[in-house]
Amino acid sequence: MSTFSAIGDEREIDRDEYTPGVEPQPTWCPGCGDFSVLKALKQALPEVGRTPEETLLCTGIGCSGKLNSYLDTYGFHTIHGRSLPVARAAKLANPDLEVIAAGGDGDGYGIGGNHFIHTARENHDMTYIVFNNEIFGLTKGQTSPTSPKGHKSKTQPSGSAKEPIKPLSMSLNAGASYVARTAAVNPNQAKEIITEAIEHDGFAHVDFLTQCPTWNKDARQYVPYIDVNESDDYDFDKTDRVEAAEMMRETEESLHEGEVLTGRYYVDEDRPSYGEEKQAIGEMPDEPLAERYWDDEYEWERSHDMFLEKHA
Amino acid sequence: MTDDELIWRISGGSGDGIASTSQNFAKALMRSGLNVFTHRHYPSRIRGGHTYTEVRASGDPVTSRGDGYNFLLALGDSFARNPQEEAVYGNEEIKPLSENLDELREGGVIVYDEGLLDASEIPNFEERAEENDWHVYPLDLRGLARDQGREVMRNTAGVGATCALTGMDLDHVQDLMRDAMPEKILEPNLEILQIAYDQVRDEHDVDAPDVNVPTGEHDETQLLMSGSDAISYGAIDEGCRFIAGYPMTPWTEVFTIMTKNLPKLGGISEQVEDEIAAAALAVGASHAGVKAMSGSSGGGFALMSEPLGLAEMTETPVVLVEAMRAGPSTGMPTKPEQSDLEHVLYTSQGDSQRVVLAPGTVEEAYEQSRIAFRLAYEYQIPSILLYDQKLGGELVNVPKSHFDREPNPTLGKTLSEDALADEPHSPDGKFHRFQHDVEDGVSPRSIPGQKGGRFLATGNEHSPTGHIEESPDNRVAQIDRRTQKLEAIRADLDTVDTGSYAGPDDAQYGILTFGSQQGTVEEAVGRLNDAGVSVKSYGVSDMAPFPTEQVEAFIESVDEVLVVEMTASAQFRGLVQKHLGRYGERLSSLLKYNGNPFEPAEIVDGFEAAVVEGDGDASGHQTTFVPAAGD
Repeated sequence: MSTFSAIGDEREIDRDEYTPGVEPQPTWCPGCGDFSVLKALKQALPEVGRTPEETLLCTGIGCSGKLNSYLDTYGFHTIHGRSLPVARAAKLANPDLEVIAAGGDGDGYGIGGNHFIHTARENHDMTYIVFNNEIFGLTKGQTSPTSPKGHKSKTQPSGSAKEPIKPLSMSLNAGASYVARTAAVNPNQAKEIITEAIEHDGFAHVDFLTQCPTWNKDARQYVPYIDVNESDDYDFDKTDRVEAAEMMRETEESLHEGEVLTGRYYVDEDRPSYGEEKQAIGEMPDEPLAERYWDDEYEWERSHDMFLEKHA
Repeated sequence: MTDDELIWRISGGSGDGIASTSQNFAKALMRSGLNVFTHRHYPSRIRGGHTYTEVRASGDPVTSRGDGYNFLLALGDSFARNPQEEAVYGNEEIKPLSENLDELREGGVIVYDEGLLDASEIPNFEERAEENDWHVYPLDLRGLARDQGREVMRNTAGVGATCALTGMDLDHVQDLMRDAMPEKILEPNLEILQIAYDQVRDEHDVDAPDVNVPTGEHDETQLLMSGSDAISYGAIDEGCRFIAGYPMTPWTEVFTIMTKNLPKLGGISEQVEDEIAAAALAVGASHAGVKAMSGSSGGGFALMSEPLGLAEMTETPVVLVEAMRAGPSTGMPTKPEQSDLEHVLYTSQGDSQRVVLAPGTVEEAYEQSRIAFRLAYEYQIPSILLYDQKLGGELVNVPKSHFDREPNPTLGKTLSEDALADEPHSPDGKFHRFQHDVEDGVSPRSIPGQKGGRFLATGNEHSPTGHIEESPDNRVAQIDRRTQKLEAIRADLDTVDTGSYAGPDDAQYGILTFGSQQGTVEEAVGRLNDAGVSVKSYGVSDMAPFPTEQVEAFIESVDEVLVVEMTASAQFRGLVQKHLGRYGERLSSLLKYNGNPFEPAEIVDGFEAAVVEGDGDASGHQTTFVPAAGD
C-alpha cells in the first residue's frame, strides 16, 4: 500500500460517497441557498473523478463553514476568514490533493479579504467558493460587505452608508484566473461552473449567490437569473480582461437594481499556477513534499553536512 | 576587570559596515584560538544612527557581552543627516565617538577616524582621556581608504589599525577576508588593511601595546554562530521543510536563514500577506503532512493568536518562534527585552495548551529548537520557541561537534494506511482522529490523501470523528485528554532537563533567570563566588509546561532568591509565583528594561545591594530592584 493511495484512485464514484453515513441534522434553515452549493459539489466531484479521500475541503466560519459537516471528505473547518491560507499551504505541501476552500461573503470579502486578494494574486491551483447571501446569517442578520448601500440591520440602524464590495471585479484585479458567479436557484449552471472551477489549473473563484430566507427576507431569491454567456443581450469575450471587467461592472451594479446576472466572466487558461511558478524558480520540489516523510529510502540532510562550513 | 580579554567596540552609523566588519573580526579572533561573544546595538533605520558592535574575546570561556569595553574603533556616522548639536537627535556624526564613552575602561584605547570626526567637539575630551589614561589615536581612515580608491573601506583601515595597536597578526584577518569578500573588493581591502597596519606601526610605538589581544587555543573546530542560526539548523535537523512568514525585526533573521536554505533541501518557504496567514499556512502545511514552522516578533505574533488556538484545538503540530523586542506596540524594534513572556504563554482564547521553551544560549537554541519540533509532532501541539533580539543576534563560538547529530524527520504518532485500517472508524468509514481514551492523551492522526483516514479538523469542540459536538460528556473528555498531554510533556521534559545551573549546590543564595540572560547571570555568579559570596543560579528554559518541582527544589535550597529578567513588570517572577505562590517572601527582582541587556557587573552589584546589603540600591546602574512580597 502506498502512502496516499486515495490519490489518483481511478474508479467510478457515487455521489452518495460524499454524504456522511450518519448525516448530522442540517443546521441550515429550510430554503437556504447553501444546500445548492452542497448539491453542486456532490455532483461535480464525481464528474471530475476526485474521491472523498483525495479531496481536502477547507472552510471558514459561519453557516457556510458547516459545509464540512455535510460533505464527507477530508475537511478542515478553520477560523473566521482564514480558510485560504490553510488551504493553499496544504496544496503546496501536497499538490496531488484536490483542494477546495469555501466560506461566506463576510468571511472571504470582509475579515479574510486580505487573504482573498493575495491568494488570487498568487494563482494557487484551487477552487474558492464564496457563499454570497449579502448578509451575516449565523450571527442573526447584520450588514455584510456585500450588503447593498442603505441596508438596514441592528448594526446599521440608519442604513449602511457603504457601497458594497464588488467581488468579481476585485477578484479579476487581484489576479484570479477563473472568475464566475452562479446562484442557488440555478442548480444546473452551478454544477457546471463548480465542475469547471475544480478542473481549472489556477485560482478559480466562484461567487455563489445563496439566498438567506431567514435574515435577508428583503433580498430577492436571485430570480430570474440571466446567464451572460448564453443570453443574446450580452456579448463579451471572457478571455479578454477588459471586456470581462466591463461585464463584471455591469453585473455588480445591476444586482442591486433587481437584475441577477450570472455566468463565467473571466477565464485565463494560460497563466501558470503558483506551484508551477515556484517550481520553475527552483523553490518547490517536483515530488509532493508530504510524500517524503514516508520514503524510507530518503536520506534526510543534516545542517552539519551542508551549512556549517561558512561559520568556521 | 581583567586584562586578559579584549572588548573591541566598533561604532559608526547604520550602513557603515559595522555588522559585517565586526563579524569578520570576531571570526578572525575565533580562528586564532579565542572564545568570542558579540553584542549588537543598532537603531531602526536603514542609513545613519548610532550603531555599534562589541566583540569580546578571551582565552577563557565567555558567556556575556562583559562590562564596558577596552578598545574603541570609532568610525563616525557617515550617514548622519543633520550633524548639528541642536538637531532633535543631537550631533549624530560624532555619536560613535561620544556615546557611552564613560564605559570605556581605564587604560583603554581609542582609534577614531579624524577624516570624519573632530574630537574637540566632545566636551572635555582631552581631560577625560588623561583622567582615564585612555590612549587616543586619531587616524585619517577615510583619507587612507580614499587614497586606495574606496572611501567605504575605511572600516578595513580601522581593523588594520586595531591589529597594529593590539599586537595581533594580520594572518587570520587576511584569511577571513579572502573567504568572505568577493574578488573585486578583496584586493583593495587587503591593501588598505596592510597600509593602515604599517602606518600605525611606523608612527607609533606599538611594541608594548596598550591593550593586548589575549591568546588561546581550541581543542576542536569552532563555529561562529548566532541564536537565529542555531534555531534554524535545529529546525532543519528535525526535518522542517516548510516555513511561512512576514518580515519583522528581529524574527526576520530566522526567516531569512530558512528561506535561503530550504530550496537546497527541496523545502518550501512562503513570504505571505500577514502573520495571520503565516501561522495559518504553517498549520495547513502540517495538516497535509509536512513538518512546518512560522514565527514573528511581538506585534506580528499577536496576529498569530487565532491560528495558534486553531492548532491547539485541532491538535495540529506546529512550531512558532517568537523573537522578542522591547514593547508595547512597536516599542523599540531593534532593542532586546523579555516582556513578551506572558503574551506568548497566554495569548489566544480558552485554556492554553502549548509548549513554550526559552533557550539561554546558542547551543541551547539549537537543542531546544529540536525539542520544540519533537514535542510538537509527538504530542500534536503547538510549540513556541521564545527568544529575543539579544540571543538571536549575538555571535558566539560553538564547537562544530555540537551539531553532529542524526536528523529526526519523524512525524510522531501518524498512521500509515495499513495501521489506519486497524483503528476505530464510524460505520460510514470516518476515522476516529480524536479518540477519548488514549495513552498520554495523544490520539494518532492521519494525513489527507490516505485511504481510510478521512476526518474533520475543526476549531469547534468536536466528537472523535471531528464533528462539532457540544455535549457536556464529550467536552470534558476532550479537554481533559488535551490537557493530559501537557502532563506527559512535563514528564518527557524532565528526562531532557533543559535547565542550566551554575555555582555551588549548597549555596546560601540563589538567582533565577530565564532565556537569554542566563550566560550573563552565570558570569556574575562566577564573580560573586570568586569574591566569597555563596550564590548559585538556575536558568530556566521550560516556560510551559513549567518545571514546578525543579524550581521549587531550587528555591527551597536557599535563603533568598533574586529573579533577574529584562521586563519592567517582573513577568518571570510572576510566572514562578503563579506556580509557587507560597515562596513570594523569598523572591525579589532585578529588572532592566532600558533597551540594553544586562552586563554582568550590574547583576553582581544588584545582587549585593538587594540580597547581601538588603536595600536594593545599586546606584550607577539603570536596573530596578523590586523587593519580596513580604518585605
